[in-house]
Amino acid sequence: MQIKINTPLTRKKVKTLKAGDSCLISGTIYTARDAAHKRLKALIDENKPLPIDVKDSIIYFVGPTPAKDGQVIGSAGPTTSYRMDAYSPDLIRLGQTGMIGKGKRNNEVISAMKTHGAVYFGAIGGCGALLSKCIKKSEIVAYADLGAEAIYKLEVEDFPVVVIIDSNGNNLYETGPKDYLKQNK
Amino acid sequence: MREIDALTITNTVKKLCIDANCHLGCDIKNRIAECAKDEPWPTAKGILEQIIKNYTIADSENVPVCQDTGVACIFLKIGQDVHINGNLTDAINEGVRQGYSEGFLRKSVVRDPLDRVNTGDNTPAMIYYEIVEGDKVEITVAPKGFGSENMSAIAMLRPSDGVNGVKDFVLKTVLEAGPNPCPPIVVGVGIGGTFDKAAYLAKKALLRPIDKPNETPFYADLEKELLEKINALGIGPQGFGGKTTALAVNIEHFPTHIAGLPVAVNINCHVTRHKTEVI
Repeated sequence: MQIKINTPLTRKKVKTLKAGDSCLISGTIYTARDAAHKRLKALIDENKPLPIDVKDSIIYFVGPTPAKDGQVIGSAGPTTSYRMDAYSPDLIRLGQTGMIGKGKRNNEVISAMKTHGAVYFGAIGGCGALLSKCIKKSEIVAYADLGAEAIYKLEVEDFPVVVIIDSNGNNLYETGPKDYLKQNK
Repeated sequence: MREIDALTITNTVKKLCIDANCHLGCDIKNRIAECAKDEPWPTAKGILEQIIKNYTIADSENVPVCQDTGVACIFLKIGQDVHINGNLTDAINEGVRQGYSEGFLRKSVVRDPLDRVNTGDNTPAMIYYEIVEGDKVEITVAPKGFGSENMSAIAMLRPSDGVNGVKDFVLKTVLEAGPNPCPPIVVGVGIGGTFDKAAYLAKKALLRPIDKPNETPFYADLEKELLEKINALGIGPQGFGGKTTALAVNIEHFPTHIAGLPVAVNINCHVTRHKTEVI
């Protein structure tokens, strides 16, 4: 069964999501990867306002390819998330509730997720052509000079993700392989 | 002496950059389809089916399979009876510039590893030249994504570590990478040479079609054994568990020093892309 999630993603909703759940996200999400996160962190450190409202937001770690004529966006699959580990805890503290990426997260991120209530979703890495079909609108809202690393505001419809780490710290990267090995000795 | 114009090189590189990024090779597609059939774990099977859907869309719409259209790794075999009219390196980089612009590919190269300003045109390419007999030029473009590149590793083992040391290092590297490099992966292994040569061999191993084992039976067997061992780790597609952690292990080997046993592991994701043309 797939769980429907509409943005904004409230903390109340976050608490209901469990590692391994398949979800379809609809609504507004933001993109940010390495360079954009670095700039957001610099603003946070200086107590300056951010260019996006992070409260109850979902940030998708992605740097899309340029859109061809007639396309909303180019290929747009997730990038590896651990490079954002240095930045995510601050954003979660400020109210960010969802992250979409792929790959492991460190203990600081997981601990911030548990303390403040946030969830880490995975989209299928290497499926950028397929995932782009769920993106219905795309506009750059900050850092246009960064090109593919700019912050985009995306309107998504039934964007498929799986809960990798939930707000209790349960982790599909630990349980998934273990369960498989248990049943396929 | 055969003359080849630099413009021909530029046009070929441009075409190969676009082709390689939008169309996976049959060897990879066939293996993914076989794995989807064999995969006993339902979640894993579902992911492999999505991966098939993805490359089918890329094929039919001529769009990049993955948004990380990589750094352009370019391998040339240049016949020693060929003369290039013009600057060869400039011609290759111009091909990359045009291919990444006209093909709507992502520009992912920064001009300096520490100041990190994007060059805006995906140049410079990583170029490897090899001089061979004959009067032809073979060009292979292999765009390399960095989710998997970052999970690669090298070890200077002792000769006494032997083949078991090699196996342990490959398995340890794959296990530590876990979900990060977008499994199912292709594992390129370089054994022998020097520190740098081993890494080069590992990258070159990724260019060999995955349905063609190493020509030396000993290494073909080692490839098979490592693939079985990797697929017994349980990581599975995307690291969510399953049988299909790797699609293939390709090994290249080379003579080395009496004191050394260098081993490099270059990991590639399921989007293992390369296209070749001979001029």
